[in-house]
Amino acid sequence: MAVKDIDIELRLLLDAIYLKYHYDFRGYAMASLKRRLVQAAERFECRTLSQLQDRLLHEPSTFPMLLDFLTVQVSEMFRDPSYFRSLRERVIPFLSTYPSLKVWVAGCSTGEEVYSLAILLQEEGLLERTLIYATDINTNALQKAEAGVYAVDRIATFTQNHHKSGARSSLSDYYTAAYGNAVFDKSLKAHIVFSDHSLATDSVFAEVQLLSCRNVLIYFNRELQERAIGLFREALCRKGFLGLGSKEFLRFSAHEDAFSEVVRDDRIFQKR
Amino acid sequence: MDSLDIISRTGVKAQALHGRIEAVVLGVSAGGVDALSILLPALPKDFRPALLIVMHLPRDRPSLLIEIFERKCVLPVREAQDKEPVQPGTVYFAPPDYHLLVDEGPCLSLSADDPVYFSRPSIDVLFESAADIYGSHLAAVILTGANADGARGTAAVREAGGITVAQTPETALAAAMPLAAIARGPIDFILPLEQVARLLRVMGSASGS
Repeated sequence: MAVKDIDIELRLLLDAIYLKYHYDFRGYAMASLKRRLVQAAERFECRTLSQLQDRLLHEPSTFPMLLDFLTVQVSEMFRDPSYFRSLRERVIPFLSTYPSLKVWVAGCSTGEEVYSLAILLQEEGLLERTLIYATDINTNALQKAEAGVYAVDRIATFTQNHHKSGARSSLSDYYTAAYGNAVFDKSLKAHIVFSDHSLATDSVFAEVQLLSCRNVLIYFNRELQERAIGLFREALCRKGFLGLGSKEFLRFSAHEDAFSEVVRDDRIFQKR
Repeated sequence: MDSLDIISRTGVKAQALHGRIEAVVLGVSAGGVDALSILLPALPKDFRPALLIVMHLPRDRPSLLIEIFERKCVLPVREAQDKEPVQPGTVYFAPPDYHLLVDEGPCLSLSADDPVYFSRPSIDVLFESAADIYGSHLAAVILTGANADGARGTAAVREAGGITVAQTPETALAAAMPLAAIARGPIDFILPLEQVARLLRVMGSASGS
């Protein structure tokens, strides 16, 4: 079958982005990526992906905006409360045996999950001795994550989720509401390092006891999934824990045997 | 065979589709369990296309669709898993709170992108991605539902050369979804559920009946 024009344009565009900006989307799952790029082209009033490529090459200010299209998913605090409940009940007892802890939230986007984990660790008395690495490829998103400011109308959902996760405190203990926003505390941020990192091109930078990377792998093709899981394996200490999104598995991965299932339904694994 | 009397609006002959369709995408919302309870058990063991279904569901409850329809169908019924190759003769449901897409391979792909028309999974997202991969070897079916999800996706399937089917709105528990798809028509077949089942059998069974 003849290759469609849009698929030619898509490949050229991804090559152009890689060559000029060193962001590698070539190993992403194409269906979602294409959908986002087509939407981006519409938003930038480009008729084709080739026109979008022209803009990206010759107007570098376009790229950060495009990156927001390609990478940002608005998450929720304590999304999938049962995941956090399982961390609390099944993982925290192990983690509490370490004198100091390192946690990696890979693909942290605008930070909702990072603060969720920080609050959970605070509630379980571990945050004082924990350092959380929060990484993403999108520096705009990282800045938002670091600011820790969320629209106050999202707080009701966050609070409900937090409660369902087995909360030991009130979410309102951790933020100050002002001008329609909720600003999360510096006491949480003091334990978080926000940093630019790509699962597609970068390597491991620390050894961690817990790694949470949810709803990121689904955006990758098999090869890139395999690379990312390899990085997770390398980053985790022996008996370290890995949490994935509710539809993400290690099945069929060459690294599958390196992990055992801890809580199957919540996709929590432990490195053997 | 009574298959020739299935009414096409666009001059497409049901029997001419026999052997051409590799996958059927189906969108359904309000009234969906009842509608699928008529449609899915009517598909025979030798039904060859893969059937990919988006049904709108509450996001925070586990889906019982697999358990319900496993018992009623002769075809295998599964929840779609990320990067799973699409198997012929298999019924896949999109998981709650994830979009289901078809990617190169063809394989299934999930996404947690924003809801479309307040829906995740979204019918449009499935149909548009499947149209891209399957082109004229795809059939799209819109059943009962109370919103406009699927109208855009159905148009995409038509533009890619695929076959489009809508439930006759008067026979749908909620007419809005088939009406929205029809409004963006033309739709090849507008049929009550029992006839949709017959059409799928004609298109997809090894025997063509």
